[in-house]
Amino acid sequence: MAGRALYDKLWDAHVVRSDADGTAFLYIDRHLVHEVTSPQAFEGLRIASRPVWRVDSVLATPDHNVPTDGRARGIADPVSRVQVETLDQNCQEFGLTEFGMSDVRQGIVHVIGPEQGATLPGMTVVCGDSHTSTHGAFGALAFGIGTSEVEHVLATQCLIQKKSRAMLVRVNGSLGAGVTAKDVVLAIIGRIGTAGGTGYAIEFGGAAIQSLSVEGRMTVCNMAIEAGARAGMVAVDQKTIDYFHGRPYAPTGEMWTRAVAAWRDLQSDADAVFDHIVELDGSSIAPQVTWGTSPEMVVPIMARVPDPAQETNAVKREGMRAALKYMGLEANTPIAQIAVDKVFIGSCTNSRIEDLRAAAAVIQGRRIANNIKLAMVVPGSGLVKQQAEKEGLDKLFSAAGFEWREPGCSMCLAMNADRLEPGERCASTSNRNFEGRQGAGGRTHLVSPAMAAAAAIAGHFVDVRNF
Amino acid sequence: MKPFTRHTGIVAPLDRPNVDTDAIIPKQFLKSIKRSGFGPNLFDEWRYLDRGEPGIDNSKRPLNPEFVLNQARYQGASILLARENFGCGSSREHAPWALEDFGFRAIIAPSYADIFYNNCFKNGVLPIVLDAAVVGELFKEIVTHPGYRLTIDLHTQKVSTPSGKEYSFAVDAFRKHCLLNGLDDIGLTLQHVDAIRAYEQQRRVVAPWLFKS
Ligand code: SF4
Repeated sequence: MAGRALYDKLWDAHVVRSDADGTAFLYIDRHLVHEVTSPQAFEGLRIASRPVWRVDSVLATPDHNVPTDGRARGIADPVSRVQVETLDQNCQEFGLTEFGMSDVRQGIVHVIGPEQGATLPGMTVVCGDSHTSTHGAFGALAFGIGTSEVEHVLATQCLIQKKSRAMLVRVNGSLGAGVTAKDVVLAIIGRIGTAGGTGYAIEFGGAAIQSLSVEGRMTVCNMAIEAGARAGMVAVDQKTIDYFHGRPYAPTGEMWTRAVAAWRDLQSDADAVFDHIVELDGSSIAPQVTWGTSPEMVVPIMARVPDPAQETNAVKREGMRAALKYMGLEANTPIAQIAVDKVFIGSCTNSRIEDLRAAAAVIQGRRIANNIKLAMVVPGSGLVKQQAEKEGLDKLFSAAGFEWREPGCSMCLAMNADRLEPGERCASTSNRNFEGRQGAGGRTHLVSPAMAAAAAIAGHFVDVRNF
Repeated sequence: MKPFTRHTGIVAPLDRPNVDTDAIIPKQFLKSIKRSGFGPNLFDEWRYLDRGEPGIDNSKRPLNPEFVLNQARYQGASILLARENFGCGSSREHAPWALEDFGFRAIIAPSYADIFYNNCFKNGVLPIVLDAAVVGELFKEIVTHPGYRLTIDLHTQKVSTPSGKEYSFAVDAFRKHCLLNGLDDIGLTLQHVDAIRAYEQQRRVVAPWLFKS
């Protein structure tokens, strides 16, 4: 028998039952819940008088709507407030653990899961949020679901699923200085496209991925969904195991030893078969900047804005034209000449302590440029914020002219008060540059934390490698 | 959920690839804690010339005359024709809720993002995959034939055009069954309570650290 891929192992271990056509009930170990995609699911349970199947599998926190400044004053927008209060009430009514808005452990759901050890290797992890793929960084099978499925998992602990195909993206070699996990994943998406992973679960492997820290791997898996794959994953190694040691929800004592023994098997067998393999050379990846309204519209910092006239596919050409128009860019403009108005360092892609350290290292006592209207840093969780403050990063950011905020999704999707005005251009460490994502008419360029910090100082995009 | 069996309706063409769920229903409308009422804000940023907010009267807002759903010939459309990778981006089920609330019963495109595709079935909206060349053909036919309608038969898995051409489409057997009968799949899953309990029991033995109690 051929060996099994990591995805096969995770899948097999969670099948409750399956039909002849491959439709399976997949058992869910961890269910993360936030305020935006859950109210209708709880309402559904109430209407059908159904209890939550396994209360201890759920961890909830509000993140999308929470304000990032003056939190003690509460939420000004009444509609946002109702949504957050509804989550509080639902958690109370159904007896679920929630890190509420004033809990220091509150934060973006994809940051706090691993931080607490609530996400562990070998688990199936779901959340009504597409970036649940983040949790695959630890050898878990993690993917986003819709609200009907949130209700389904709450009521049954299972999902009805068909197995995806398995893809391996192997990034060989070593990454150059100044090149980060964000650049790696943007380069991958630039290569395979935003639909390249549709129907697949992607395993990221190769020397360059192994060399990444656990947090860097989270950044890569976070954006698997931007390549169309519901799930992204990385095999377990010693770094993964060390990461979880001593986390609040992680096992201890004899249970820890047993768990670690099981986790060591969470990697693809040497003779595993993949439906598709993509290879990239890590040493040829440069810092990346998106220029359009889809994450696949990405180029290296030294490049120019692509010219639609050079595109032979008519549908793509029109897409490029529409993107340039929306972005207010001329073809062939050097990326390094594009000036920005705002800078956002945050989101579940890049708001962990290492991201903040990387951004802070670029600043080195300099100040943001005069043309920058707002530069903000939004830590991913209350604990990340606390740690950063212990290291003095908040002071460094503030002295450079950045605003230092409370944790949440913030300007990643602008459901709270943080947003772009029409026409404003933003260097953002988030994961989506869709039209209007950061505010109606706003223009988003996706970059790494170091590149965002450098753009804030320079006032335009700049190659962080010679900055 | 409304069952879907056979449907004939006006087709509206949305001619751009990678239409994301942020475009289908912008985030400010995700603050609702209800499942209905999203239709007036479907494609909000393309459909209106001003900025939409929850709670305002949409009937008083300036429409963008260029946007396809605002054109007279597509009024009452119930089938949406789209391009590659429709519904990419966020997992928000508000996207199919908005499409359904607007009156769309089916979508035809060469490909969809996985989560969106899945969400459609849970809400009585049938996402049909047809070959990119066929979809390209349909786009052309619609433009030249005002009032263009298609008939979709889920039983036979066929789309038929006014000129009598037929295109077959694939659909997963379980999803088809649920959609044809308007079934709630939680109820179906709970018929297998014993299997879930049995799985949990063996899981507690193999991986006890995953259970608190
Ligand atoms: S930070 Fe952005 S992408 Fe991540 S969960 Fe929040 S809104 Fe979604």
